[in-house]
Amino acid sequence: MQITLQKAFIKINKEQCKGCTLCIETCPVDVLKISDKFNSRGYHYAEYVGDGCTGCGVCFYACPEPGAITVYKRGAVVDEEILTLN
Amino acid sequence: MATTILKKPGTFYEVFTRKPDADKINTHYCPGCGHGKLHKLIAEAIEDFGIQDRVIIINPVGCSVFLYYYFDTGHIQVAHGRAPAVATGIKRVHPHSIVISYQGDGDLAAIGGNEILHAANRGEHITVFFVNNAIYGMTGGQMAPTTLPGMKTTTTPRGRDIRNEGYPLKMAELIATLDAPVYVERVALTDAKNMARARKAVRKAIQIQMENKGFAFVEALSACPTGWGMNPPDAEKWINEVMTKYFPLGVFKDISDKVEPVKFEKKVLSPEEIKKAIGVDGETLTMKKYQRNIVAEKYKNPKIKVAGFGGQGILLLGLVLAQAGMLEEYNVSWLPSYGPEMRGGTANCHVNISEFEIASPLVSIPTALIVMNRPSLEKFEPTVKSGGLIIYDNSLIDIEPSRKDVEVIPVPATKIADDIGSTKVANMVMLGAYIGYTGILTKESVFDALDIVVKRKELNELNRRAIEAGIEYVM
Repeated sequence: MQITLQKAFIKINKEQCKGCTLCIETCPVDVLKISDKFNSRGYHYAEYVGDGCTGCGVCFYACPEPGAITVYKRGAVVDEEILTLN
Repeated sequence: MATTILKKPGTFYEVFTRKPDADKINTHYCPGCGHGKLHKLIAEAIEDFGIQDRVIIINPVGCSVFLYYYFDTGHIQVAHGRAPAVATGIKRVHPHSIVISYQGDGDLAAIGGNEILHAANRGEHITVFFVNNAIYGMTGGQMAPTTLPGMKTTTTPRGRDIRNEGYPLKMAELIATLDAPVYVERVALTDAKNMARARKAVRKAIQIQMENKGFAFVEALSACPTGWGMNPPDAEKWINEVMTKYFPLGVFKDISDKVEPVKFEKKVLSPEEIKKAIGVDGETLTMKKYQRNIVAEKYKNPKIKVAGFGGQGILLLGLVLAQAGMLEEYNVSWLPSYGPEMRGGTANCHVNISEFEIASPLVSIPTALIVMNRPSLEKFEPTVKSGGLIIYDNSLIDIEPSRKDVEVIPVPATKIADDIGSTKVANMVMLGAYIGYTGILTKESVFDALDIVVKRKELNELNRRAIEAGIEYVM
């Protein structure tokens, strides 16, 4: 079902993250952190702490990987299941 | 309405199937590499402008050589530093395409310094993205033209010494001094503020080309955490704090408001115009059928080497042979080989005339050697195939070939030419002697070939007389 997002959030594809930490460094509200866990390629990947994202998008442009970060701003119309998959 | 989802731009392939290794989702770049950030800005702009089908990206040599793994656009991967030259060619042939030259600092500022300056100076309608990370990243961090004074690299282990290695090249400033470029800016692929500026610059540089305004150049200071031995955030800090001191950010030139857009008109030539443009009167020559001579077995399918001084018309002799062979519907090849001198040096050419497909245009073991000076006779006599033929100009060459296993025909070509009226047609006397002796080509086809390849047609009367004199001499 399609829903309109009431608050922004970001999704990080952990397999596409190389752990460079540039997104964490640039995030103005400090809601990203590096995971204790490794992805399959041996990188500690970046994670969203789960709350507080403003949808500003600076992490998206800070990230050198094409598809590692997706930013959903407030008001975006998305499939409901996107909220649960992570 | 503003975009509400920021995701992988559609300009990128969904899966990087061109990438040979198992991982087809991630780029080959190191963590924190500036290339990825610039790729994303370019990909996003291409998608937003709806020009994906028109974009041709010139892939350089350097880490970004594999751009074609990632961008679902047209690509050409070119030799080191030559991207602006190739971009020029593509843009001129396809003015409606959007041609993007993407180059690193080793590529653009060192080996390709010449190409970029001239492309910029001609005001080519291309967009150039110049990634400056102050070193050669792909090969392991050697000094580049953009390396900062005192900066340690693998080839400047004590730091770049300006007294020995000179100063960093400031490409954006340099290009901005030229008259033709429309837009020149330097940006940094670092923090949020600089990324916003970089994004604007990338879009503007592409838009200038879309509006047919001219040459746009964006230099992007880019992190190479691996080459610099820093973690990615520190590398970006280093750009902001150190690199920008030497390479200041900003717009160095922008006349995009003032320049008149160029109108590219598609010109479609009619067959007649094409024939006229390439100087071929297609009707009379290609329609004609030529009767071939019956050729003795040993002279069939000759591999010919023609050799002599530059200026004797050696290459033309070979060219007429090949052209006449083509008229008689043989397979032919002609390969010139000469030094830098127009006159006085040695020249030779390789000619194949064959009933069969020609596997190689090279003639290393000739079956016929037509030779017009002594150094060439001495050089090539030993290479002639046993049972082959040597025709030499004995009015110029004061020795005789010593080989006993080949046929040797002396022809005083230069003397005969002199008697006819011009030393210059000695080559045609040699040609006449060769076709007269072997019968490989008919006089008719050779005469017609002359009319095709000789630019100054008024000389052909004399050429024809020289050929006939050559034929007569050997008969």
